[in-house]
Amino acid sequence: MYAQMVKSTGEGVRSLDEMDPQERAFQERIDAGGKIEPKDWMPDGYRKTLIRQIGQHAHSEIVGQLPEGNWITRAPTLERKAILLAKVQDEAGHGLYLYCAAETLGVTRDQMTRDLLSGKMKYSSIFNYPTITWADMGAVGWLVDGAAIMNQVPLQRTSYGPYARAMVRICKEESFHQRQGFDIMMKMAKGTAEQKRMAQDALNRFWYPSLMMFGPSDAESIHSAQSMAWKIKMNSNDELRQKFVDLTAPQADYLGLTIPDENLKWNEEKGGYDFSEPDWDEFFEVLKGNGPCSVERLEDRNRAWDEGRWVREAMLAHADKKRAAKLAAE
Amino acid sequence: MSSPESSAYKATEAAPHDVVRRTEWPLYEIFIRGQHGLSHRHVGSLHAPDAERAMQNARDVYTRRKEGVSIWVVEASKITASSPDDKGHMYDPADDKVYRHPTFFDIPEEVGTM
Amino acid sequence: MASDAHLFEWLCRMGDNALVLGHRVSEWCGHAPVLEEDIALANTALDLIGQTQLWLGLAGEIEGKGRNADALAYRRDVMDFRNLLLVEQPNRDFGHTMMRQFLFDAWHIEMLSALKGHEHAEISAIAEKSLKEVTYHFERSADTVIALGDGTEESHKRMQDALDRLWPYVGEMFLSDDIDRAVCDPAPLREAFDARINAVLSEATLTRPDSDFAHKGGKTGVRHTEHLGHMLAVMQFLPRAYPDAQW
Repeated sequence: MYAQMVKSTGEGVRSLDEMDPQERAFQERIDAGGKIEPKDWMPDGYRKTLIRQIGQHAHSEIVGQLPEGNWITRAPTLERKAILLAKVQDEAGHGLYLYCAAETLGVTRDQMTRDLLSGKMKYSSIFNYPTITWADMGAVGWLVDGAAIMNQVPLQRTSYGPYARAMVRICKEESFHQRQGFDIMMKMAKGTAEQKRMAQDALNRFWYPSLMMFGPSDAESIHSAQSMAWKIKMNSNDELRQKFVDLTAPQADYLGLTIPDENLKWNEEKGGYDFSEPDWDEFFEVLKGNGPCSVERLEDRNRAWDEGRWVREAMLAHADKKRAAKLAAE
Repeated sequence: MSSPESSAYKATEAAPHDVVRRTEWPLYEIFIRGQHGLSHRHVGSLHAPDAERAMQNARDVYTRRKEGVSIWVVEASKITASSPDDKGHMYDPADDKVYRHPTFFDIPEEVGTM
Repeated sequence: MASDAHLFEWLCRMGDNALVLGHRVSEWCGHAPVLEEDIALANTALDLIGQTQLWLGLAGEIEGKGRNADALAYRRDVMDFRNLLLVEQPNRDFGHTMMRQFLFDAWHIEMLSALKGHEHAEISAIAEKSLKEVTYHFERSADTVIALGDGTEESHKRMQDALDRLWPYVGEMFLSDDIDRAVCDPAPLREAFDARINAVLSEATLTRPDSDFAHKGGKTGVRHTEHLGHMLAVMQFLPRAYPDAQW
């Protein structure tokens, strides 16, 4: 997902009886469906885990601008160009909302940015894959946004108020993202032989990386158990992955495209598809920085940040001068 | 850029990322009054070097789809917020006035959204 | 009333300005100095792409050869483009981009104001819609030029460099020929333009270059810069490589 492998305290979930009164009241509020707000007391682990998770989510939006931004200048019609630009702009907006949510926990956006640029904080593995043809704009919208939505919709009910509100806004704005991807896919899949070939190729390349977005199975993970008790993680990775495959497989059929998995088969008994696991070794390599575009992505973000420094400094300097002049005049 | 730019970035001009220089803009809270005559509502935050720019940024960030008709920007540090400890006496008295909450009223489905 | 041939040429000038500048600004998406600026630049680009669709759409209708806005945008080569040389200049740094935007906006706002109420109803309607957007573009680009011109020693130098570098492309905006005069002569707009930019440049502590030398050849299509061809090679790649495809 946009926040993958987020570690919580690592202590495991404690029962209410083991908690001191303050923490117990906190947990009971969450259990009752209440929201935690910035000035409320919260356990240190909750705060730290949230900063990591929201920060990673925000970074994913920002780095996620790059693979799609790669095609803005090559979009094939004026309308496609406008739609793609609006979508990538939305991603910047979503990053902004999420950084603001994280900032309510006592970390600055600049600090989080520096941690992204130095490689200390991570972003979703999916954005380390290249977008090679125009059909990739379809595949990214259809599969990547489709996978992200699985996770983002339930997060609207997450326990931390600012995060939940950011997700509400994001989900509202994102409603067109997956549709525009599928729309591109339809055009390509029903288009010329060359277009259809691009569409199939895009599906081939993005299928397994999309499945990886949910992260490895976390049925046994103590981090996930704690995050779920805190309601900052709403579903298990396997649960969401299954749901994604169940929704996507018939859509691929509709497009007349073949999901690159020989084992993909409807399983009547479980009421869902059987499917192959992605290559988790590849996933861990990508997380380590060995994704096909990992170096370029961080290089791009570093370049933008460093080359923009004089602008950020100067605008602040001008604001200071203006304020000083105004004070002097009074 | 998304135009061909394959040259490696060597970060020769880069400041070390662990050195904190004062380039971070202050945080502003944004309030927008929508088109339906309701009062200004908090929609989120953003960073800006000053209030004038915060106003422009608010327009670009929060009214991309033209929802807003009137915008207020307030520097976040200037806001005094109630602290949770006050909650008892500040909020409890309203607890018995449930009719103040919209969900108190059952609206028949055929009436539509209210 | 302008002839259809003149009208077509003139509409291509307006449309190509919006197309080429919108494309340049869109190149920033994901790379701006700060998130808020990234989002604002994308809005400017989106406005300009929208204006392109209107101007070139109308151009295609008037031409009457079945070309729509996309056909005009994606299937003409450099010599058929009619945009000003100013807008095809590369982005260089953020300062150049904002200075280019500011100089264009200051012209654009005067041009669109003059077109409001034009006898050709569709031109007037497009101008009116665009003017609302461009009024905001100018407000934002002017404020940015002021902030960066006045900000720090480094930013001041960068902005003065940008102004000096782009200044020779200002004059072309006010040259007029029969095509311009058939619809709206830009020459008389110079005075208002000067007043507009002088006020901003002085607040920005920037020095307006003395020379009035002007490169020309963009809006007549006689001699574009080398930059435009590269831009079109990127922009037109898909429709050119797959001419039978629908997107």
